[in-house]
Amino acid sequence: MRIELNVNGVTRTLDVEPRTTLLDCLRDALDLKGAHAGCEHGVCGACTVLFDGVAVRSCLMFAAQAAGSAITTIEGVTPGPGELSLIQDAFCETHGLQCGYCTPAMIMVAHALLADNPEPTREEIVEAISGNICRCTGYAQIVEAIALAAERMRGVNRPRSLNK
Amino acid sequence: MTATGHHRYVSTDRRVREDRRFVAGKGQFVADIDLPNTKHVAVVTCPHAAARIKAIDKRAALKMPGVHYVVDGAELAAATLPLLTGLDTPNVQRRPLSLDVARYSGEWVAAVVADSRAQAEDAAEAIDIDYEPLPFVLDAEEAFKPGAMLVHEAHGSNVLLDKTFVWGEVDKDFAASPRKLALRVKWGRSSTVPIETFGVVTSWDPWREILDVYASIQMPRYADQIGLALKIPTSSVRVHYDVDVGGSYGVKRGIKHTVLCGYLARRLGFPVRLIEDRLENMRGGDAHGPERLFDVEVAFDNSGLVRSMKMRALENVGAYAGRSPFQLGKPIGAIVGPYKINSVKYQAIAVVTNKTTQDAVRGFGQGPTNLALERCMDEVANVLGLDPLEVRRRNMIRHEEFPYLIPSGTTYDSGNYETVIDKVLANTSYQDLKVERDRLRGEGRLAGIGMAACLEPSGGNATFEALLNPAITTSTFMDSCRINIDGLGAITATMHTTSSGQGHETLVGTVVGEVLQVDPDTVRVTRPDSLNSLPSGTPVGSRMAIMLGGAAFHAAQKLKDKLTAIAAHDLGIPLERAVYERGEVFDRNAPDKRRSCADLINIAHRYYHRMPEGFEPGLAAEHVYQVPTGGTLPTKDGRVQMYPCFSFEFHLLLLSIDPDLGRPEIVRYRLGHDCGTQINPKIVRGMTMGGIAHGIGAALYEEFAYNDEGQLIAQTFMDYLLPSSHEVPAVEIVDHETPSPHTVLGQKGSGESGYLGAPAAVANAINDAIRPLGISINTLPIKVSKLGDLIADARAKKGN
Amino acid sequence: MKAAAFEYCRAADIDEACGWLAADDGARVIAGGQTLVPMMVMRLARPTRLVDINRIAALSHIRKNGDGVAIGATTRQCVVERDALVAAELPLLARAVPWIGHSATRARGTIGGSLANADPAAELPLIAVTLDAVLSYRAGGKTGTMPAREFFVGAMITALPEGACLTSVRFPVWGGEKIGIGFHEVNARRSDFAFVAATAQVELGADGNCKRIAIGVGAATDFPMRLEAAEKQLKGTALDPKAVDTAVRSALADIEPLSDLHASAAYRRRAAISLAIRAVADARASAQGKKIHAH
Repeated sequence: MRIELNVNGVTRTLDVEPRTTLLDCLRDALDLKGAHAGCEHGVCGACTVLFDGVAVRSCLMFAAQAAGSAITTIEGVTPGPGELSLIQDAFCETHGLQCGYCTPAMIMVAHALLADNPEPTREEIVEAISGNICRCTGYAQIVEAIALAAERMRGVNRPRSLNK
Repeated sequence: MTATGHHRYVSTDRRVREDRRFVAGKGQFVADIDLPNTKHVAVVTCPHAAARIKAIDKRAALKMPGVHYVVDGAELAAATLPLLTGLDTPNVQRRPLSLDVARYSGEWVAAVVADSRAQAEDAAEAIDIDYEPLPFVLDAEEAFKPGAMLVHEAHGSNVLLDKTFVWGEVDKDFAASPRKLALRVKWGRSSTVPIETFGVVTSWDPWREILDVYASIQMPRYADQIGLALKIPTSSVRVHYDVDVGGSYGVKRGIKHTVLCGYLARRLGFPVRLIEDRLENMRGGDAHGPERLFDVEVAFDNSGLVRSMKMRALENVGAYAGRSPFQLGKPIGAIVGPYKINSVKYQAIAVVTNKTTQDAVRGFGQGPTNLALERCMDEVANVLGLDPLEVRRRNMIRHEEFPYLIPSGTTYDSGNYETVIDKVLANTSYQDLKVERDRLRGEGRLAGIGMAACLEPSGGNATFEALLNPAITTSTFMDSCRINIDGLGAITATMHTTSSGQGHETLVGTVVGEVLQVDPDTVRVTRPDSLNSLPSGTPVGSRMAIMLGGAAFHAAQKLKDKLTAIAAHDLGIPLERAVYERGEVFDRNAPDKRRSCADLINIAHRYYHRMPEGFEPGLAAEHVYQVPTGGTLPTKDGRVQMYPCFSFEFHLLLLSIDPDLGRPEIVRYRLGHDCGTQINPKIVRGMTMGGIAHGIGAALYEEFAYNDEGQLIAQTFMDYLLPSSHEVPAVEIVDHETPSPHTVLGQKGSGESGYLGAPAAVANAINDAIRPLGISINTLPIKVSKLGDLIADARAKKGN
Repeated sequence: MKAAAFEYCRAADIDEACGWLAADDGARVIAGGQTLVPMMVMRLARPTRLVDINRIAALSHIRKNGDGVAIGATTRQCVVERDALVAAELPLLARAVPWIGHSATRARGTIGGSLANADPAAELPLIAVTLDAVLSYRAGGKTGTMPAREFFVGAMITALPEGACLTSVRFPVWGGEKIGIGFHEVNARRSDFAFVAATAQVELGADGNCKRIAIGVGAATDFPMRLEAAEKQLKGTALDPKAVDTAVRSALADIEPLSDLHASAAYRRRAAISLAIRAVADARASAQGKKIHAH
């Protein structure tokens, strides 16, 4: 069936089977490989994208249902080729990742959180990412990345202390 | 650069270069690879715990939309060799698709190739298989009994391995010891379960006779095993090491997927792709890990000094075995942990059952062994009424006693356990923890302090292979690096394996930069494919910092020496007077006499008339590095040097349990960690935190649970519970660096840190908490319901 | 894990949706999809047609309805989570919603979807039963209603008529001055389905005694239950801890709790008692205006 999807600000007309999930549609039809399949049953969160600014699991939606909403993927929050957003850069600064598989999803969650809550407490960050499983990092450096991003976004722009 | 000298780049707070592509979603994972005309595979799995396959009817499936082919076990077996095993068990054959008999629920019986994955799944449902269910055995102790139902009839028993080692005078030491205690400890079936499943894309080029393989792989001898099984030369197998692997932590061996797809690609003439879905992964992929039952006995004196230990380890490997039984052998290299135990008897038993095949997991058996050992240490303290920390201190090897030879023949390189422990206690006073524990108890909670002191053997000298299978006489464990400085001075270094988040490109850049005294970010690091690579043992056994770091160091050193020699010759000075500094070389006696970096590159690449005699032009160097202290095989009495380096970790945590609900909560967590020189501190800390999370999962949440019908009931993430950010507490890590004398920069491994000790520390904390009720629990995972029931029964007995 | 093929359509209004359901008994509605889609990709559910009801505006609302609050079936859980009317008038619901799944699933999951799914461990059915909510549905052009206590009849089984679609649920609002609530859940991980959940809502009279009380237990049995015997015993009393303990224990003495991979029957029984007691204590304390401990 024909559907129209608004992805990263661009509306595209696509031909998909009803059973094609939004995740598979993004990856296969639109060649946006940043959202990842980890479980395909809505638990791990690696497929997270923004749906009208809200973090959702793209594996739990059929593409056909997504028409009419603004979908944002990791590609949509990357400023340009070779350029990192403030949040992406914070993840690099704290090494809030290792294998990178859950990372785009974590960053989308961070975007949604910080858009809604510019001064999250540690507990609020932990709660926000609690629907995204990471097997590499044990979460510590991810939480630090989001806290760092929040701090920088609030305009306090000082270098991180290197003292141990 | 000495191991203890100041470093310019090593150990500094540098970003991990790989992070850039991942935060932008521009990693290249196997599922991201789109070769034209690729077809998709879905597998058909056996629903029974054991069954004879009487007939496979493909007709309906072949007629379905998009379907190209259906392959079964008989066809595949006729065209391929069985997969490699580690032990000498020729009658326990392992194949990608069952041949005649399926031996676990979830085993792959047939595979469909179709235009899309969805169509392949549609067709897989339409394949009609006539099964004759067979009796089955699930429990290792049952399988071990004489007369047990056989999983592999041709093997004659269910025992793949039953080997006993006696190092030292165990009987004498037991007889001479006033105290003994015996403990049974069970490590439940769990694994490290990466978020990315295994996937492979294969493509056969009949004109060049090359099989291209793109896979989410972490396995030694991957190209070898592909070639052997498919009966093609390994020089016809091109594995692409630049595929980013979405986490592995030991498990992604993928050989049956690869042989299946390699066969299909060659047979069908188009690229073939199998990306496991989560059900295929959990039920029949490489997802399962150790399931080990320990019976341990220790002999000790009244001051808590443990003189001798007897350990029997019974492993349930599942229905087939590749390398996994060797997970019983690796811990031999650290069998006494950080303690001066004088003699050890170790019996390693591996049995097959009708469960999913187990694969390698982070630590390769060390985590379960540490659990058994550390539970013993706590119980020794308990029985004597002594403090568990004090008992450990009394037993520990002291820093002046290194290098330290343990009974099983391995020498520990270096360590300063007492200082690491002191540092943790300086950060958080043991007394304060006790006060807090008592306060929680006063509020009606059950509360306990848990600790674990354990080693992370690192360096990957896998002589446990020869120990457990004397037919194997491998003593070479190598890694390599090749560096080229081109005609304009750009430095490119290579590494010859995949990575799954360890930051190896950053590692190589940092080491090369350190030696050549150039900014590591200017060192390009690439991964040639397997046909363009030098040998690599791959990231196993916590070896890469040591081995890849060592290879890169030596290759860079060769280049540095060459540049120095070129300059000395061109300056007309003796070599000893030539000083290398950041790519330039000058005369020590007359620093104005110098050659710039550009000069030296020009001479090497263009001015052969100015080169020293006999030198190769250009600036290329490589090094293939053998594992330090390696190269020996076991003695007749089963002693051998295994891994070269031993990192140390000391876990200390406070845990609180709601007595009515049995729900544990970690209140405080401290870790002391010593992995020698840390090449990149961000990477090391991340590894350790991730290991702790894995360990908490194994201790409290994760289990591949089966029902009595042999069905895996934890086959999705709804039932196999992975720790989220809520389940992993904040951990304070204090670092210490006791360099290794064996490595180029004093570095030891840290790829398994946290995971090796966290389960033991958590188990010890829970036992400390419930001990006042007169109960203990020694089976992982310690689930809420089990703990709740145990506590309730104990309280009922006490009349509470 | 790809779903079996199906037809897809969007319904513009509820009668159109019901028409699709009536025409094909393999057809199912899809709203949030957070439980339906996993079942479909695992091929445990194989609808021939999905009728998407997400665009039916009339099904999404939160509004006062007499002395109750009516919530449309396709109202997103995250909307209920942030709603001021719900916070003010249905504190027990407001307290429970953050425990449903994760914020990403609450972003799509709906009130009606969770109720119709009737998972024994789900929070919304428990709240509905505790508060004696009334569910409305549409079938064959007619509207019907059913009290929550009649709606949930088994694990994942409701009394919703064949071909019907939930349209809204009305939660009665307790009008008194001193209303307090308690909600407790125990699970392995914070966001998992509960092993056991317990709810309590209490109204205290001017004399400080319990004027009205509702106690619910979920996840212990096939569908949520009310502890009616305990409610009767405790009404009019001061809700002292001993009395609460006795009443709750007695009310739960004969249940046959579920047993599965995650929790034994014995565990569920004990936890039900423990959590129900805590929920009542919290409800009493919060009705008195005291802060309650986080659990």
